[in-house]
Amino acid sequence: MEFLATRRCLKYICFFVFAVSCPSIKNILLLDSEGKRVAVKYFSDDWPTNSSKLAFEKFVFTKTLKTNARTEAEITLLENNIIIYKFAQDLHFFVTGSDDENEIVLASVLQGFFDAVTLLLRNNVDKREALENLDLILLCLDEIVDGGMILETNGPLIAEKVTSHTIDADSSLSEQTLTQAWATAREHLTRTLLK
Amino acid sequence: MAQPLVKKDDDRDDEADYSPFMGIEKGAVLQEARVFNDPQLDARRCSQVITKLLYLLNQGETFTKVEATEVFFSVTKLFQSRDLGLRRMVYLIIKELSPSADEVIIVTSSLMKDMNSKTDMYRANAIRVLCRITDGTLLTQIERYLKQAIVDKNPVVASAALVSGIHLLQTNPEIVKRWSNEVQEAVQSRAALVQFHALALLHQIRQNDRLAVSKLVTSLTRGSVRSPLAQCLLIRYTSQVIRESGNTTQSGDRPFYDFLESCLRHKSEMVIFEAAKAITDLNGVTSRELTPAITVLQLFLSSSKPVLRFAAVRTLNKVAMTHPMAVTNCNIDMESLISDQNRSIATLAITTLLKTGNESSVDRLMKQITNFMSDIADEFKIVVVEAIRSLCLKFPLKYRSLMNFLSNILREEGGFDYKKAIVDSIVILIRDIPDAKESGLLHLCEFIEDCEFTYLSTQILHFLGIEGPKTVDPSKYIRYIYNRVHLENATVRASAVSTLAKFGASVDGLKPRIFVLLRRCLFDSDDEVRDRATLYLNTLGGDIEIDNDVSDFLFGSLDIPLVNLETSLKKYEPSDKAFDINLVPREVKSQPLAEKKAPGKKPTGLGAPPSGPPSTVDSYERQLLSIPEFANFGKLFKSSAPVELTEAETEYAVIVIVDASEAEEFSQVISKPLRSLPYDSPGQTFVAFEKPEGLPTTGKFSNILKFIVKEVDPTSGEAEDDGVEDEYQLEDLEVVAADYILKVGVSNFRNAWESMDPDSERVDEYGLGQRGEGLSEAVNTVINILGMQPCEGTEAVPPNSRSHTCLLSGVFIGGVKVLVRLSFGIDSTKDVAMKLAVRSDDVNVSDAIHEIVASG
Repeated sequence: MEFLATRRCLKYICFFVFAVSCPSIKNILLLDSEGKRVAVKYFSDDWPTNSSKLAFEKFVFTKTLKTNARTEAEITLLENNIIIYKFAQDLHFFVTGSDDENEIVLASVLQGFFDAVTLLLRNNVDKREALENLDLILLCLDEIVDGGMILETNGPLIAEKVTSHTIDADSSLSEQTLTQAWATAREHLTRTLLK
Repeated sequence: MAQPLVKKDDDRDDEADYSPFMGIEKGAVLQEARVFNDPQLDARRCSQVITKLLYLLNQGETFTKVEATEVFFSVTKLFQSRDLGLRRMVYLIIKELSPSADEVIIVTSSLMKDMNSKTDMYRANAIRVLCRITDGTLLTQIERYLKQAIVDKNPVVASAALVSGIHLLQTNPEIVKRWSNEVQEAVQSRAALVQFHALALLHQIRQNDRLAVSKLVTSLTRGSVRSPLAQCLLIRYTSQVIRESGNTTQSGDRPFYDFLESCLRHKSEMVIFEAAKAITDLNGVTSRELTPAITVLQLFLSSSKPVLRFAAVRTLNKVAMTHPMAVTNCNIDMESLISDQNRSIATLAITTLLKTGNESSVDRLMKQITNFMSDIADEFKIVVVEAIRSLCLKFPLKYRSLMNFLSNILREEGGFDYKKAIVDSIVILIRDIPDAKESGLLHLCEFIEDCEFTYLSTQILHFLGIEGPKTVDPSKYIRYIYNRVHLENATVRASAVSTLAKFGASVDGLKPRIFVLLRRCLFDSDDEVRDRATLYLNTLGGDIEIDNDVSDFLFGSLDIPLVNLETSLKKYEPSDKAFDINLVPREVKSQPLAEKKAPGKKPTGLGAPPSGPPSTVDSYERQLLSIPEFANFGKLFKSSAPVELTEAETEYAVIVIVDASEAEEFSQVISKPLRSLPYDSPGQTFVAFEKPEGLPTTGKFSNILKFIVKEVDPTSGEAEDDGVEDEYQLEDLEVVAADYILKVGVSNFRNAWESMDPDSERVDEYGLGQRGEGLSEAVNTVINILGMQPCEGTEAVPPNSRSHTCLLSGVFIGGVKVLVRLSFGIDSTKDVAMKLAVRSDDVNVSDAIHEIVASG
């Protein structure tokens, strides 16, 4: 018979065993067709340095490059992370969560991001348009997730929050944009319903 | 900012690679940032400059402390502008610059003004920014506003305050906890996301109070939570309550199961999936509880969305490990996923099928996998190989096609980890399935003929040296081994020489020929190879009978910890006295139990079965043998799984492993106290007991840990002389019958059964009483009592079956083979009856098995 005696910290164990986590997002990436950054946002400490972030982006990009993620969002498991992704023209959208996260929740975040960007770029979802409207993309990321916590997943609502300020600032132009945005949203909704 | 940043209509169409940020430079942008100080602010231009700064930060550019401070101060000037678009960008850059405490003070008043603004957008954002950059001292000042914001009628403002509360709870828990009432009100909000954020915060505030969480769950599961995300949270909290409330109630119903089940009918897919996952994760989930969850997951399998298919197949794959029968209904859907475009899904589908499939489907599956293997990545291939290995152990009769499959993929291209997984699998099959030995060894031989990995070659050569001489015709392996001496690098050559020597030592007929080969190695270009050849020629030399020393030297494993040997060798100073290996300490230095530290982290990979530590028996045996008093006890028979003698959370975790050595009796013979036990590291102490001759004895031990606590001088690290005696009452340890039986499978139960003496057979019938959970529960109980190995997959009971036969095999202490055939029947009142037939090499053991069941 054998005894193993060890002193352990009570608190430490409690943390691991009983912490019931809230759905959380580790990062959102928007890369171009060569894997270069258009806009990225990290919420987790898993990648502490810029070089580790770049390495992760490159890894994810090459691992998903050959898949067809243009009609439906695709999914894979890499290095114990779930990655949901979707491509449009020369843009690659990614959302990363931990491997025990609800995949469908993560997918809803990607869909929200994608829909909002589509609305904000007025259906011209490509790298040039995204860079020219980088302020909108960055605001969009800010409205979707706050410190890993999901803020909003509804694409049209996110887009509205991003553009809402222009109503006061410059009504004629932006109202038109918003009407356009809602038209696209309606169209998108009809498409989803008909599917 | 709906307008493009930089309008360059004239030239933008020419270049495909046009970027508004082309040639951007940090220095220039910092210069541009001076426009923030202009008395007449140009809002659009300022926004553009902020975007450029954000672009630089986003690309990984860093600002020095001075640069960041300068930018921050000029940005604060922009609060003068009333332009909403610019204000949004200001909020964004303040968060990115993460100002220091003394800088925060500058913007505090501006942000607090925005928090009380009439524009909701200002309020929501100002709250998020302020809470992000504040250090807590400010919090008391703005607490009143935050509490109001939580119950604000604008959902964006309420969410901003709630999410900020979630972040602040980490740093200032005592303040955020005062907001309970407001948060509770927000849980009732009509806005979906507000409800989600409020529920998350409320739970975090109360998470250490079990009763409060339980109350929260009870009230919310009755009412209607509107937001799908909030519903997912509620499902998680419910599972937590179920987990902590222990198991089923008297009536056999699990509390809150109905709620989880009702969520399977929710209209949102994320809720359905969350509920299905929660059900499959329940502790000791029954087939009846699983069925509705499996049904919804099965529907997901044929969804057009890859995410749904992936989520479903991954969960089913996990279920298949513990409840293979529950997943068989999905097999048809699963098979169509083998050709799925998404390779992660295809791999998960295949490995699930391998777990749930029956013997007849193996060949068909193997054919499909062969086509599929060529176009998946190595990490997926490893998952498949591991699944095939466990399949082979489950259906030993199928070893031929599985072994062929393994040898085929071994010949194809692949990286080291993949090849190693295949080789490991073949080695395990050779060990566990005697019939597979010959063909397996030949496959390995062929592999080393063309193997680019030195490590694998040497491992295989070592294995050949042990297993090869025991085969019918050892001579056929010699050619392969000797080829290595010609063709490989020095490391492989040296290990080939050792393998040759082992053949020479074990097979007398081969000895002269081995000698010829070894003599040729004396002219090798490498000194290690020459030295080994010389050494073996001398030890095996002449016609003298090979004595124990030689075979010990060749086949014995080094029972000294390598670390200790290394330190001793380093300490050794060349002198007349030769290095004495017997002086090397044999006690293993205690190491912190690394794996115990992070119980939250699970091994994952693509649903690979968690593999236990590879050779626990080996390591315990080695530890025991390293203690001189235990060395003459005989071979270690069985080590039971660790039993925790303490609650997992106490400071002293005492784990017992019952080691049944051949000569065990229940009176204490030796105890070996532990001399010292440094803080935070495990140590081992041993006690040996003798058991009375004859039949297995079971009983309980009560354990008391006695120890002396000594202070350690932190400067010198030496323990002080005086200590305080103390003792600690440990949980009782029960020695049960299963500790005397080794789980050993047989490849063909019928053959094994018929080859045993029918006179040793003992048959009896038992009533097992009412079993609420049906047959599978009864079958598992009996298997656990006996501690024997279920054969041919008979441990799995098809759902709703009325009768079942289960085949078990094992080895009883003393090396007596035992086979058990269990026939179960269940009637409409869930009353289970069992017929137990035993055959064994020893009639007394057959009787003993009946006694175990009768008393269990």
